Amino acid sequence: MKPFDVVDGLTVPLDRANVDTDAIIPKQFLKSIQRSGFGPNLFDEWRYLDVGQPGQDCSGRPKNPDFVLNQPRYQGAQVLLARDNFGCGSSREHAPWALEDYGFRVIIAPSFADIFFNNCFKNGLLPIRLDAVILDELFRQCETTEGYRLKVDLAAQTITRPDGEVIAFDVDPFRKECLLNGWDDIGLTLRHADKIRAFEEQRRAQHPYYYA
Amino acid sequence: MLPQTLYEKLWSSHVVHQEADGTALIYIDRHLVHEVTSPQAFEGLKLAGRKPWRVTSIVATADHNTPTDHWERGIEDPVSRQQVETLDANLREVGSLAYFPFMDARQGIIHVIGPENGTTLPGMTVVCGDSHTSTHGAFACLAHGIGTSEVEHVMATQCLLQKKSRTMLVQVDGQLGRGVTAKDVVLAIIGEIGTAGGTGYAIEFAGSAIRSLSMEGRMTVCNMAIEAGARAGLVAVDETTIDYLRDKPFSPRGVQWDAAVAYWKTLRSDEGAQFDKVVRIDASAIAPQVTWGTSPEMVTTVTGKVPDPARIDDPVKREGVERALKYMGLEANTPITEIAVQQVFIGSCTNSRIEDLREAAAVARGRRKADSVRRVLVVPGSGLVKQQAEAEGLDRIFIDAGFEWREPGCSMCLAMNADRLEPGEHCASTSNRNFEGRQGAGGRTHLVSPAMAAAAAVTGRFTDVRELSQ
Repeated sequence: MKPFDVVDGLTVPLDRANVDTDAIIPKQFLKSIQRSGFGPNLFDEWRYLDVGQPGQDCSGRPKNPDFVLNQPRYQGAQVLLARDNFGCGSSREHAPWALEDYGFRVIIAPSFADIFFNNCFKNGLLPIRLDAVILDELFRQCETTEGYRLKVDLAAQTITRPDGEVIAFDVDPFRKECLLNGWDDIGLTLRHADKIRAFEEQRRAQHPYYYA
Repeated sequence: MLPQTLYEKLWSSHVVHQEADGTALIYIDRHLVHEVTSPQAFEGLKLAGRKPWRVTSIVATADHNTPTDHWERGIEDPVSRQQVETLDANLREVGSLAYFPFMDARQGIIHVIGPENGTTLPGMTVVCGDSHTSTHGAFACLAHGIGTSEVEHVMATQCLLQKKSRTMLVQVDGQLGRGVTAKDVVLAIIGEIGTAGGTGYAIEFAGSAIRSLSMEGRMTVCNMAIEAGARAGLVAVDETTIDYLRDKPFSPRGVQWDAAVAYWKTLRSDEGAQFDKVVRIDASAIAPQVTWGTSPEMVTTVTGKVPDPARIDDPVKREGVERALKYMGLEANTPITEIAVQQVFIGSCTNSRIEDLREAAAVARGRRKADSVRRVLVVPGSGLVKQQAEAEGLDRIFIDAGFEWREPGCSMCLAMNADRLEPGEHCASTSNRNFEGRQGAGGRTHLVSPAMAAAAAVTGRFTDVRELSQ
């Protein structure tokens, strides 16, 4: 996993609540057995005017000019502003894969769906929960300022606005450490292999019917 | 000892290790695997040179991509076929407790076959790379969906990194009215608490109305806990749970059964246990539900109307409703019973079990699909459900009514196979998500119970099933 340190990135506002993972990456692209290449199909049904197919070259497809990601001023964005319950629905990790492959590193929303929130951390993507009032102001500034950038510093747990205002955010210490270092969860867990084995032996003795 | 909730009992009996910030390693008893969210996990294991920790925890099937008709032709879509073949190859190489491949007599939707084979047992932790894993909480399992990285993590370590959830009790007391089902109960709950109302919580469903439900009904309720934002739904063990599990193929037998039952009977919240949040619902006040929008919380009763965004103060909410009505092609204030449907889907991990098919058949019996309805799909949840339904003659009732009787699979719940809506079509669907494009690009999904879906199929529009004579 890519370590996360500081991202100073162009910011794009996606002003709708309950953005589900079906919208983030539609089902036809879930047939892939790869982990990469989902970026061109991020928000496929909103981004394009035709229906996308897996394996298709997206460069010539008709784009929906009204969709915020298609506006020239937001090209190359790394920070996504979103609304409540972002990433709800399906557990598909293809959603964070698509966001990451597109180039996003940070998503800021008042709330996230649990599974999506978890999946982000496994893929070098930082989801930040922010108070809705503070976020409203970011939306307002972003929509009215061409080239609006936010600087996100994970170690310091701060977001710095272009006007110099600094916003603090929370993150679980364990997740923060993993993300800062780009650590592989499995490797970390296997340091406790003896403990897992001991737990398993005890459980097998106590509840043998789970081990038929 | 302090009284404990069911969730706390399940949680504390599975903690292997805990970090300073509360992040815990939770031991996983059962790992359900399907073709869509597992290939990258198997590949990751291989690339890292790791072996699965305990292959006998794995129960697998192919369900999302598989066709529901013309099985003699195999899987015609080459991309879908490759994904299913990849699952076959991975399971062959790695092994499992049970694998029900495409076209096996016991193949079906993973959340249907786990319980019906007795591989989902009370007290277990159950995970699957699928958000509807919450279904298994009906058996007092701590069960939830995980991402593909977590699938790989569970395979490699038999554990999951988790933080303890807060607890919510949804207490549904009273008697359900005639024609009101488990689906209506859970849609009414989601309408009440919202699609994010359960975020960060494990929800325990309790009360006399939940106790009165069959295991099938309880699975329907827990299945949609995720649609309320909760990763896990739970129902305590009672005689209904134990009766259901007796003599299932993988259920324990003999003295093992007795020991298991003795333990399972402790799997309920203690008297006086404290929940972080409590929601009370009057079962007798619940009417048949129909969703009108693009989120499961956008729901009302069959006697209700499409809402008017002009009456909503919150701007984000108002815009959400406006966008949903535009997508759904609906005018504000339209009575629900005036919405016509062009397709009907009876199936999915929410409502494809035998009881669901019986409810739909009771409405379809002696009636015909309305001419204005282009297609009615009935997709049983598994090969075993299909066999049972055919033994009861339900297939004949559906076929005589002009419905299509299909092979098991996820089908048009998410339309990864060929079963899908055309743009603009309205569908009465017994599935769980009415998101934009969920059942096909441009398709318009209305979530309902199996009985309400059958009523829509025979009348061509949403109809209060209580007004149809049975």
